[in-house]
Amino acid sequence: MRHSQTLLAALVFVLTVGLSWLGWIDSYTQLVIMFVGVNIIMSSSLNLINGYMGEFSVGHAGFMAIGAYTASILMVLFFSKDSVFGPGLLPAGWAILFFPMMLVAGGILAMLVGLLVAIPSFRTRGDYLAIITLAVNYIVKSAIENIQSIGGARGFMGMKRVINGMQAVLDAPWMMIWTWISVFVTILLIKRFVSSTYGKGIIAIREDEIAAEIMSVNTRRAKMVAFMLSSGLAGIAGGLIAHILGYINPGSFTIMKSTEALVMVYLGGMGSLSGSVLSAVLFTLALELLRPLQIIKWVVVPLLLILLMLFRPEGLLGQRELTDVFPGLRRIFGSKDGRSKEGTHAAV
Amino acid sequence: MTLAIFIQNILNALQWGSFYALIALGYNMVYGVLLLINFAHGDVFMVGAYVAFFISTFLLGMYAIQPAWSLPLGVVLVLTFLLTMAITAGVGVTIERVAYRPLRRKGASRLYVVITALMVGLILENGNLALLGASRRSFPELIPKVIYNVEGVSFTNLKIIVIIVTLLVFIFLQRVVMKTKWGMAMRAISYDRVAVPLMGIPVDAIIIMTFVLGSSLAALAGILFAVSYPVLEPYMGALVGWKAFISAVVGGIGDIRGAFIGGFILGFTEIFVATIFPSTYRDLIAFGILLLIMTLRPTGIFGVARRTKV
Repeated sequence: MRHSQTLLAALVFVLTVGLSWLGWIDSYTQLVIMFVGVNIIMSSSLNLINGYMGEFSVGHAGFMAIGAYTASILMVLFFSKDSVFGPGLLPAGWAILFFPMMLVAGGILAMLVGLLVAIPSFRTRGDYLAIITLAVNYIVKSAIENIQSIGGARGFMGMKRVINGMQAVLDAPWMMIWTWISVFVTILLIKRFVSSTYGKGIIAIREDEIAAEIMSVNTRRAKMVAFMLSSGLAGIAGGLIAHILGYINPGSFTIMKSTEALVMVYLGGMGSLSGSVLSAVLFTLALELLRPLQIIKWVVVPLLLILLMLFRPEGLLGQRELTDVFPGLRRIFGSKDGRSKEGTHAAV
Repeated sequence: MTLAIFIQNILNALQWGSFYALIALGYNMVYGVLLLINFAHGDVFMVGAYVAFFISTFLLGMYAIQPAWSLPLGVVLVLTFLLTMAITAGVGVTIERVAYRPLRRKGASRLYVVITALMVGLILENGNLALLGASRRSFPELIPKVIYNVEGVSFTNLKIIVIIVTLLVFIFLQRVVMKTKWGMAMRAISYDRVAVPLMGIPVDAIIIMTFVLGSSLAALAGILFAVSYPVLEPYMGALVGWKAFISAVVGGIGDIRGAFIGGFILGFTEIFVATIFPSTYRDLIAFGILLLIMTLRPTGIFGVARRTKV
């Protein structure tokens, strides 16, 4: 059953996209499904740093903001008539082709900002690195607030026009499609990365940095790659959420957003990719289900999490993967041994 | 910038630095003993301000149930300080008992305790919002405001009180940590966690003591803040708390002097950035400078790099 993972992914894709295309699920449900996808990207990319590498990054939302603003500005600049940027440089219909490129461009810029964290991480780690990530988050937010031409603290909009331009060409749920494609790419990327030599090096850094270095892990390079990959993926998540909502402002990429991502990582378990996916789904759905409670929601959710921490301090799955908890699933997801063998072959 | 404005800004910076320093002290003491970033600490500061609000308004007879006799303002002030610090210390210890200790007993990873701390902070903020509503409350004027004007520098007595109280607290704490047996035990725990219980030192009692000190300092900061800026809202602790944490790390987390110096550094950076540049650039430049300090001196100013044995 080697292809069953691909089949599962295809099933999710066809179900979500198909049902929204046919209009069988309302736009609110579609929105929640897209949020689930974005949160999966956020939690699994943060897990790379906080789980696999054992660092403590508390500023993931900053990278999300960079990606969101870059992708949105590029899309609006090229494909939409805007009061600031003037008429679109290219016909609106081309947006379909260029959207993934702009998404990746946002990711690349977020990656470069990730260097701000990666370079200090050579010399410092733990709580001191946490503060650097926190400072980067504040700096990004504050910088965006001070650039008036992209709206400053008022926020930036116009992405809905871009989406409308895409839908004028072909009336498809474009954001749903791109969200799920990004999710699958992210999961595949992280899964392959973690079982590659780089990934093994990162896990070695978590266990013991000095020992890893002695065992010829290039710790600087491994850290840099991990931070850049993680922040780049967060940037892509940002680009997605900007186009899903059609409006972004710096206030939505605060430490609160970073905390949400942190919670998802620790809820699922550090260093467990399937845990991150599972907890992103559960957390997003729980937040939506508890919406009628209004403000009490934000008392109930932390309380539930504290209880979870008390009774299961290592998160839902701990460091294990879903296949370790339910061995029966191994038939679907492929055995762990097989995967690590693939990893060594790739390395050789 | 004339000299008068310069001195004026120094006073402002000292005042803000004092708030940050008082809160950063709580972060530092808890970190020194438990190696835990107590992210709920900023919200303990908020709780302190609210407790002070309710106690002082009650003592001033602003509710239906009134105290048996009306008290002079000085007595109200002293009672507010003492009761608020006691109650907030109780809140801090309760958080430790309910949320942190069980996790510690289980030997959970340090980062999970940090997440629990974040969640406790959220509960305090939003619980307050749910219970008391979003309306802002104005703090009664406990210390009558007097404005002095010396050579064009105008300052209030509140500013001077805040700065002096902070300095006194610093001297007191420095003595507690360096000269008393409790302080020695605290330093011993941060030095070697394994050996300390073997020497017959009651670790849990020391931890509770640390939380009592840290939380009552946060309460003190809360009262002083509320007296100086008499508007209370549930999220007042969040940003101040994060900034105090940053100043604690810049100073060198786990060191009393570090918290002080860090607090004042942040206060000075913020105030002087706001005077030179447009005030919206305050956070951007202040955090940029902090980032630079952290890159150049990764363990903060007073922090000692822990050497890892191979």
